[in-house]
Amino acid sequence: MKPGPFVYHRPLSVQEALSVLTDVGHEGKILAGGQSLIPILNMRLASPSHLVDINRVPGLDEVTVSSEAVRVGALVRHRQLERDTGAYAANPLLRQALHCVAHPAIRNRGTTVGSIAHADAAGEMPSVAVLTEAVMEIRGPSGVREVAADDFFEGALETCLDHDEILEAVRFGRFPEGTGTAFLESARRHGDYALAGVAAAVTVTDGTIVSARASFVSVTEVPTRLDLTEAVAGQEPGAVDWSVIDDLVQEHISPEADIHATADYRRVLAGELTRRALAQAVTR
Amino acid sequence: MSTRQFGAPVQRREDPRLVTGNGRYLDDLGHTAYECAFLRSPHAHARIVDIDIADAFEVDGVVAIYLHEDLPGAVGEPLPLLIPHPALIAPRTGYCLAKDEVNHVGEAVVMVVARDRYVAEDAVARIQVEWSPLPAVVGLERAREAAHLVHEEAAGNISAHLLQSVGDVDAALASAPHRLTLDLSIERSACMPMEGKGVYARWDAQDEKLRIYSSTQTSTGVRAAVAAKLGLPLAKVECIAPDIGGGFGAKIMHPWPEEVLIPWAARLLGHDVKWTEDRREHFISSSHERGQLQQVEVGFDDEGRILALDVKFWHDNGSYTPYGIIVPIITSTQLLGPYKPRSYRVEFWSMYTNTVLVTPYRGAGRPQGCFAMERTMDAIAAQLGIDRAEVRSRNFILPQEMPYDHGLMFQDGRPLKYDSGDFPASLAKLKALVGWDDFAAYREQAAAEGRRVGLGIGCYVEGTGVGPYEGGHIQVETNGRVNVATGLTTQGQGHQTILAQIVADELGVPLDDVHVTTGDTRRMAYAVGTFASRGAVMSGNAVALAARVVRAKALRIAAEALEVSADDLDIADGIISVKGAPDTRIALSTVAVLSNPLRYAFDESAKAATQFAGTFDPDKPPIADDEEPGLEGQDFYSPTQATFANGMHAAIVETDPVTAEITILRYCVIHDCGMMVNPMIVEGQVHGGVAQGVGGALYERMFYDESGQLMNASFMDFLIPYASEVPHVETDHLETPSPLNPLGIKGAGEAGTIPVTAVIASAIEDAEGFPIRSMPINPSELWALRREHSQASATKESAP
Repeated sequence: MKPGPFVYHRPLSVQEALSVLTDVGHEGKILAGGQSLIPILNMRLASPSHLVDINRVPGLDEVTVSSEAVRVGALVRHRQLERDTGAYAANPLLRQALHCVAHPAIRNRGTTVGSIAHADAAGEMPSVAVLTEAVMEIRGPSGVREVAADDFFEGALETCLDHDEILEAVRFGRFPEGTGTAFLESARRHGDYALAGVAAAVTVTDGTIVSARASFVSVTEVPTRLDLTEAVAGQEPGAVDWSVIDDLVQEHISPEADIHATADYRRVLAGELTRRALAQAVTR
Repeated sequence: MSTRQFGAPVQRREDPRLVTGNGRYLDDLGHTAYECAFLRSPHAHARIVDIDIADAFEVDGVVAIYLHEDLPGAVGEPLPLLIPHPALIAPRTGYCLAKDEVNHVGEAVVMVVARDRYVAEDAVARIQVEWSPLPAVVGLERAREAAHLVHEEAAGNISAHLLQSVGDVDAALASAPHRLTLDLSIERSACMPMEGKGVYARWDAQDEKLRIYSSTQTSTGVRAAVAAKLGLPLAKVECIAPDIGGGFGAKIMHPWPEEVLIPWAARLLGHDVKWTEDRREHFISSSHERGQLQQVEVGFDDEGRILALDVKFWHDNGSYTPYGIIVPIITSTQLLGPYKPRSYRVEFWSMYTNTVLVTPYRGAGRPQGCFAMERTMDAIAAQLGIDRAEVRSRNFILPQEMPYDHGLMFQDGRPLKYDSGDFPASLAKLKALVGWDDFAAYREQAAAEGRRVGLGIGCYVEGTGVGPYEGGHIQVETNGRVNVATGLTTQGQGHQTILAQIVADELGVPLDDVHVTTGDTRRMAYAVGTFASRGAVMSGNAVALAARVVRAKALRIAAEALEVSADDLDIADGIISVKGAPDTRIALSTVAVLSNPLRYAFDESAKAATQFAGTFDPDKPPIADDEEPGLEGQDFYSPTQATFANGMHAAIVETDPVTAEITILRYCVIHDCGMMVNPMIVEGQVHGGVAQGVGGALYERMFYDESGQLMNASFMDFLIPYASEVPHVETDHLETPSPLNPLGIKGAGEAGTIPVTAVIASAIEDAEGFPIRSMPINPSELWALRREHSQASATKESAP
């Protein structure tokens, strides 16, 4: 379990990083927290010839809260975002979800933006990105382009990032006033990849539900947002029978079997977690 | 007077060193050594057609590449069959490097020696092997079908077949008022020590001497095996077990191929060579355990007493049988637990499959046996509508029946004869601890809250401290330091603490003066190893006996020096004094000086001793005929049979009515390992064992696909429970001393693990109301079982 040979680059600026990525063509891979990449290298599941370590690039480790969004730089560790009180006040879902990302030791090193760029459908933060309608700030040789989370994820471990681009920051959207959120997942062990997980946001105005949305972990091929508003709009949050959303959820998800659970079980689990998450969200 | 150390919860003396990062594990050694990597078979069953290493040799830093054909003499012959048995009709062992054929994914085929491990792995990646795949036999069902064979000479894929019986089972079954049959299964798991295996070898060309460091549970065994394979005099081979990050059984198997190959290469190359197993290698090339299919037929009377127990089981031994059939023998005998069926017959078949070989893993066949017996007890209780604890109690061997001979042969070839235990007392304690009689009310209250809970129970007896022997050597230095050596190895059990406690008491010295060495053949050449919960029983008693030898010698010398009778002397805190006249005294360190007639005044003790040099008899030699110089002594403990510890566990679990998630709410243990040297360390053993048992019950399994690929060979997918999944363990103890050894000790190492699978199955069954026959179980499987049972009952209801 040692990686194959690679050239190690440690750029000191984003520009330098971009120029290395351009020079090495498709052979480059960005190293940030390394919590997914290093095991992949060690097991020789991937053998990029060039590793571009961006940990020394200044200015990428900031969390900034604005009236529209929580902007998270490429080097912000999960733990830093989880503990950021401003981010929590602006969008509690971030902390709720981050609590389920592996364990503190991994959250201390792993980056939120890195896990989104990795685009594992079993990752918590890609799901949060689509639910919050996040905007991806992608820097390439010709400058920055912005991509909506909905358009960013293209498949399992696939995104619209080009080989010479860096996901420089992610702007997680904020929910309207009166929105409660919840993040629930069921993993075989605390901190494992979830068998199923759900992020939920319900907005209540003048005592009735005006919006309800959910996104999922591990049960959809790419993270996508499911709008449940029509099923529950106008109802009083305390009196909703959340089973009305069951069919919508089951239509939306497409879980697969693996060694830990059958697809049928994941369906049941995702359905129940969604009901529980929505019920929890309206109490917040 | 110094306080007695035996029985005191002394803090582990090894921990400050280990938890501050000062441990010295295998990979901490030999930084200038060449390192190795292996090309391991990607096929479960295949013939090797051709191996091309030319491209691999091009990698800068490669030192040597070896195939089977390069291995000379005994190194190239099959590995030894450690424990033959008449019932092992078709034994097979592998080679250090595969010869012509591979029989499991992970079998070593090519060895690369290089500047470092990175280079070695780069070279392995460039080796081209042409394979001719053969049909793989995976799982016990396929093995039994025998449509394909793992080894052509093992007909029906059967390596061993053994039947033992006591009483007329057929007649008892035929006349029993009630009969039940159960089909049961348990899946594979594995030891998973934090540190995998590892070997580091140094060849000293000047001395023509080989030193081996191995992360092993038996350094004497490795030493002897390597000396034999390499044709070296035993006196020219030494083996040291450094700090070891866990063993749990896998490291008692020996020699592993690497334990032969690394020393062989070091000698051939004239350079230190080392290999450190990585996690993937540990999954696919160490050993597994537990996989069995079982059929139980039981006949019982109206009271639930077992009249006949008829057990057949099939044991998956993987691709080779170097460790013989110890595991299924233990299952077949220890299955009986604390019970006394009127008649018993057990028959097993040990089966070859194209998977990693199977050797003992903490519990060693007992968890499977306990599962069969305890599932049967619950089934009898359900059938008769009798309380589950009551059914067990009616089948108990009673204290007045000890020693109790089952009439069977145990793993050590000796009679299965329990020496001690008070099962009714243990059960009473367990019921009190878990609140057995109050559970019905708790269940009702939980049900009212929409929660589903269940209570489970499991009892076991464990033969511990099997022979043949262990030794202790004790030497008192002239500064009072007491050096204790025993040959068995240590993997975190706390031997440095408990053996020092025993010696401190026996010798009458402060604990801090006692220093314990384990697993170093330079210090103790005769030893067996650490397994079978034998460390405290075997080495504990051995060092006690050795300490008594040294104490007697010290008193003899002191008596002469003080001109009193040895009977009038006592030792405390390292000072020998006359009983009732404490001012007439001599320090043990001074006695150590006196014990050696060559007495240069190197240190203060020696100077002090000169005043006793006094007169001597010119007609006598300085050392008497029956004495030796030095205050040291050695003795061995060799028991006539194993001593039997026991325990009873109970758990309360909650299952989610919708998601079938399983949570252990409480876990209670009553444990009887005889006299406890250190109750804190015993509790630690129990806690760790329960944690491992929880893994086996709810999380761990080896997921082989049909072609024999291990699909979860990493800690991402092989689920060892985290602290978040292991319940708080509530313990209470019963101490029924073993009459078999001077200290009254029984083993504790495996105890916590044994009944957990049975207990959790019992609790889930109690919560769900349908039988649990297969373990481990996960939420997805429990959910599927619920659906099966609700469909079955729906069908039943709609039937006319």
